[in-house]
Amino acid sequence: MNKLLLKSWRPLLVLLLLFGLWEAAVRFFQIEDWLLPSPSAIISEATASWDTFFVHFVATTKLSVVGFLIGSAVGLLIAVTLHRIAFFRESIYPLLILSQNIPTIVLAPLLVVWFGFGIMPKLIVITLVCFFPITVACLDGFRQTSPELKHFMQMSGSTKRQMFWKLEWPYALPSIFSGLKISATYSVMGAVISEWLGSKEGIGVYMTMASRSFRTDRVFVAIFAIMALSLLFFIVIKLLEKWCIRGQSKEEK
Amino acid sequence: MKRLELNNLSMSFEAKTVFKQLNMTIHEGEFVSILGPSGSGKSTIFHLIGGMLHPDEGSITLNDKDITGQKGHISYMPQAPSLFPWRTVLENVLLIQEINGKKDKSLALEMLNKAGLSSYADATPDELSGGMKQRVSFVRALMSPMPLLLLDEPFGALDELTRLEMQKWLLSLWSMDKRTVLFITHNIDEALYLSDRIYILPSNPNGKLMEVKVPFPRPRADDLWLNQDFLEWKKDIYYKLKPSEGYSK
Repeated sequence: MNKLLLKSWRPLLVLLLLFGLWEAAVRFFQIEDWLLPSPSAIISEATASWDTFFVHFVATTKLSVVGFLIGSAVGLLIAVTLHRIAFFRESIYPLLILSQNIPTIVLAPLLVVWFGFGIMPKLIVITLVCFFPITVACLDGFRQTSPELKHFMQMSGSTKRQMFWKLEWPYALPSIFSGLKISATYSVMGAVISEWLGSKEGIGVYMTMASRSFRTDRVFVAIFAIMALSLLFFIVIKLLEKWCIRGQSKEEK
Repeated sequence: MKRLELNNLSMSFEAKTVFKQLNMTIHEGEFVSILGPSGSGKSTIFHLIGGMLHPDEGSITLNDKDITGQKGHISYMPQAPSLFPWRTVLENVLLIQEINGKKDKSLALEMLNKAGLSSYADATPDELSGGMKQRVSFVRALMSPMPLLLLDEPFGALDELTRLEMQKWLLSLWSMDKRTVLFITHNIDEALYLSDRIYILPSNPNGKLMEVKVPFPRPRADDLWLNQDFLEWKKDIYYKLKPSEGYSK
């Protein structure tokens, strides 16, 4: 705990300073609340409407987690398939990059047309946002597998399956976790965007309603909630990584 | 295993011929070194025996069974330790049995004990020195159920003192195991000190493969390499490796 404090006091201090500056500026220039609320106004709104907001928060959390799990599974599956079958890698990989150039905001309404207002189009949006970083990171990890170790495995007569499970998969784990970290934060964003499409609850819904009624303070509450949720996901993945990987972390220990 | 035979092996990469019509026989329990300048195809021979490459011509037989181009008949120790960083020493040693055979943890612990590594069983490779890593790598190769051990310049990257120590250690373990060993090196001292027989690869593919029987009895003395006889043999092999320098018998 002390170590964490020691490492994080600098960014915390900068953050506090920024908030202080913001608060002072809003008061000094007498900025209207609907234009830019002060941090203190946002905090008081957050505590006042916590009960109603919490329902939305839980809904978005659930949606992001489910979407993230599906997105990661799809990402890993695609990576493993492309890695094992050279024909697919050559023919499909370029198309995957194209898939990332489709603007999500444009695609989302189309998905509603095709799949209705249920959970399906939302999960598709999150999956589309999530799978790509994992696929790319995972493929990179497989490709960077130490040639020395590969050579040793081949000379020792390992099968392709042993090569994958004993060498390539564990070797790629650090890369896979970097992909998972990126995707975890993306999944929250994907969930919020998908909620804009039309949903009964969720931070996205809360945000749309707040901005339509010029409740800027509530918009900010939503923004901070999204940031907090992303950070939480990031920390969970980081802990998982620490637990799964030993002896080969690509970052400092 | 009775013997490994390489029959009339020829190998070339694109336009470059590595060797032509190569014949070798290695008998059971023998320690044979392959000595040659770099580029003479030492490692290529191993890749052929290991089944990673297919020869242009010729065949490889193990106990009269054709194993040309087949994997999984040998145990291998590369020049770099090639230990898996996420496995402990014990898990690394067990890897070879996971690949071909059954895991036998008690045997692994016993081998580590014989090799003087028992206190490192739970260490990860990054905690070990270069020499220690090579010891683990050798024990891993010994754990294989395969009767033929291929050692590819295992001490090439070590400093002179560690190398001498490792050679002694290797002989002491080998004398307990008595497995057939094929050993690649470019170091004449090492080949003479360790082996029963030495094959000397010619530097150009049209040259002739030479063979030297090492006369020193086993177990070999620690300071054998300072002995006058030893130096004479070293000289002989040196001129065989470099025929251009005008040696005639």
